[in-house]
Amino acid sequence: MLKILHQIFRTGVVTESLSPLTEAEIEEVGAGLEDAIRKRFHRSLTIREVDAGSCNGCELEIHAINNPIYNCERFGIHFTASPRFADMLLVTGPVSRNMEIALRRTYNATPSPKLVVAVGNCGYNGGIFGESYASLGGVGKIIPVDVYVHGCPPKPADILSGILRAVKI
Amino acid sequence: MITLNNIITSTLGTAVIQDTNQYPSSVPLYQISRERFAEIAKAMKTAGARLVAEWATDETNHPVGHENNPPSSPFFKGGKEGDFSKGGMEGFAEGKGGGRGFGIYACYAKDSEYLIVKTYTPLDDPTFPSITKKFISAYRFERQMRSLMGVVPVGHPDLRPWIKHEDWPEDAYPLRKSFDASKPLPRVAGEYQFIKAEGEGVYEIPVGPVHAGIIEPGHFRFQAVGEDIINLEEKLGYVHKGIEKRFEALSWQEGARLAGRVSGDTTVAHSLAYCRAVESMTGCNPPERALWLRALMLERERIANHLGDLGGICNDVAFAFLLYQFSILKEKLLRTNLKIFGHRFMMDSIIPGGVTVDISSDAKNEILSEMDWFTNEFERLATIYDENPSLEDRVRDAGILTPEKAKELGVVGFVARASGQNLDCRIQNPFSPYNIIVPKTTVLQSGDVHARAWVRIEEIRESIRIIRAILYGLPKGEIAGKFTPPPDKSGFAVIEGWRGEIVYWTQSGPKGEINRCMVRDPSSVNWIALEQAIHGNIVPDFPLCNKSFNQSYSGNDL
Repeated sequence: MLKILHQIFRTGVVTESLSPLTEAEIEEVGAGLEDAIRKRFHRSLTIREVDAGSCNGCELEIHAINNPIYNCERFGIHFTASPRFADMLLVTGPVSRNMEIALRRTYNATPSPKLVVAVGNCGYNGGIFGESYASLGGVGKIIPVDVYVHGCPPKPADILSGILRAVKI
Repeated sequence: MITLNNIITSTLGTAVIQDTNQYPSSVPLYQISRERFAEIAKAMKTAGARLVAEWATDETNHPVGHENNPPSSPFFKGGKEGDFSKGGMEGFAEGKGGGRGFGIYACYAKDSEYLIVKTYTPLDDPTFPSITKKFISAYRFERQMRSLMGVVPVGHPDLRPWIKHEDWPEDAYPLRKSFDASKPLPRVAGEYQFIKAEGEGVYEIPVGPVHAGIIEPGHFRFQAVGEDIINLEEKLGYVHKGIEKRFEALSWQEGARLAGRVSGDTTVAHSLAYCRAVESMTGCNPPERALWLRALMLERERIANHLGDLGGICNDVAFAFLLYQFSILKEKLLRTNLKIFGHRFMMDSIIPGGVTVDISSDAKNEILSEMDWFTNEFERLATIYDENPSLEDRVRDAGILTPEKAKELGVVGFVARASGQNLDCRIQNPFSPYNIIVPKTTVLQSGDVHARAWVRIEEIRESIRIIRAILYGLPKGEIAGKFTPPPDKSGFAVIEGWRGEIVYWTQSGPKGEINRCMVRDPSSVNWIALEQAIHGNIVPDFPLCNKSFNQSYSGNDL
């Protein structure tokens, strides 16, 4: 237990000890986010993540926005296990044929008004997987998308900024 | 020593033909008649080999008169379905207008020896003898071959579709050349028949495909009594993106980018395995510096993913402290990757012939000092993990995969090493610099969640050592060589990714294009081990057990 406490005090608040450039980037995105989330979502934006066929690369970066360095919870963002509690769907793709129905059902299970952010180049247009018998292409082909976040995979700060853009719409 | 090679030649005598178009020459490909396919499997099983992969090719467009495939070669003749005993030696002529027909391949390995056995089956009777009764890992390979290529494993106990979902048209075989991959498939009515347990108090829990966390989709069907799991059945295929078919529409260079997206967390190892398979068939030897840089990236990828998994395992027993601590370390490593290799996961850094990024001496020093810092930080956390009794209480004896089962199932990677199997293709099938910097493997016997976590801890320690050794010994020179793929050849490569052995088998067509690219992620053999390890555990421990395996959905579904 002492070791744990010691490590906690040693670590301190890593969220603030970023390099100036990244810090500025995140703070800028974050301040706007916090403001928008406070106004529009009563300080709490709840997100349901849906992997609709991704290679798992985007998922790693979505995990990263939860780490203590990006610490998305400080802006009132948290991830929920159920679409019923969600304000926003964060969808990665390409949408595979075998996930199409599950994605539609998740969308329908999310109460309106709802936002959809498609993450990654594949979520935009299918990326390198294109459109085929197995891949239906971008998320927008299946459900309405408010904001696309480009990148393969997009960096954590880009995902945060995409969430901000959606909230501000 | 009796090698698998000896067994093939002693079993088959003169009836065997070695395909000289298969590379590298250390992995021979033997052509045998269809009726002897199962016989060889039996001989391999007796010799203690494991089945690495089984796959099919569509060679109906390949002309029959190939130098290695003269019409007089010992191929089967199409008999009645399942009646392979009548298979004659007349060759391809029986496959009416179907070129060479479908190739059926099985790759076996024992210790450092790999070999491939191949047979043909004709277009008008695409059947072959199932080897599932000899090798459990063939169970899903053969279901997949039937689902996607339409070749029928005769004698297979379970012919439900795999990867292909129940709402696909029955006759849609995407890997066949005649299949138009650009058209969307219609949906048909159908229902997947799960295995059901019956009796008083037995109930069913369906989970997925959309899971509670930020993870990939898949379906798990539990049969349970109270909290005890009686059976778990996986239904995967949700993220099937048609990757193997997609390869066939790409150039060899583009193929490396696609391979890097088979499983995004394993981008380095997948693109590396692809490149090595392609390089082996073209006779291309990347410069030594490129090989060492590849190994450097491979080890960095291993550390980053193991950190993520260790955090995930701790989080699943409600010890979030270590999740956040490990994720800080992971984030720092990824940032260094971005700075030095231009990408947080080093995607697209490996190309056929070499690598795209070189590192300066400053970058080298930066990684070295990062490793010093990292070792110190990591060891603190490893001690906390090791000394925490409440954590230990959950991870020990949970999700046990016994060494016997691990061997029987043919699992690979850290899953195998945590269950007594000494498998690591950095040692058994090394490329430079692993022949000089030999990794130490950690093999544990208990096969529980703790063993899978501890193997990762030891591997991170070992990867740090390897990274240092690579940087101290990094040879000078170019970072990419020339590469031109020739027609009608095939190449094979195995790479020890962080999850385990990744296998690629590439084949060029008559014009030198990609005719087939077979991908076998470690997940394709390891997923079934989770079903076995979960018996006797309670439902609330499933997320923990699953995280300790952390297999890829995308790499499995392709």
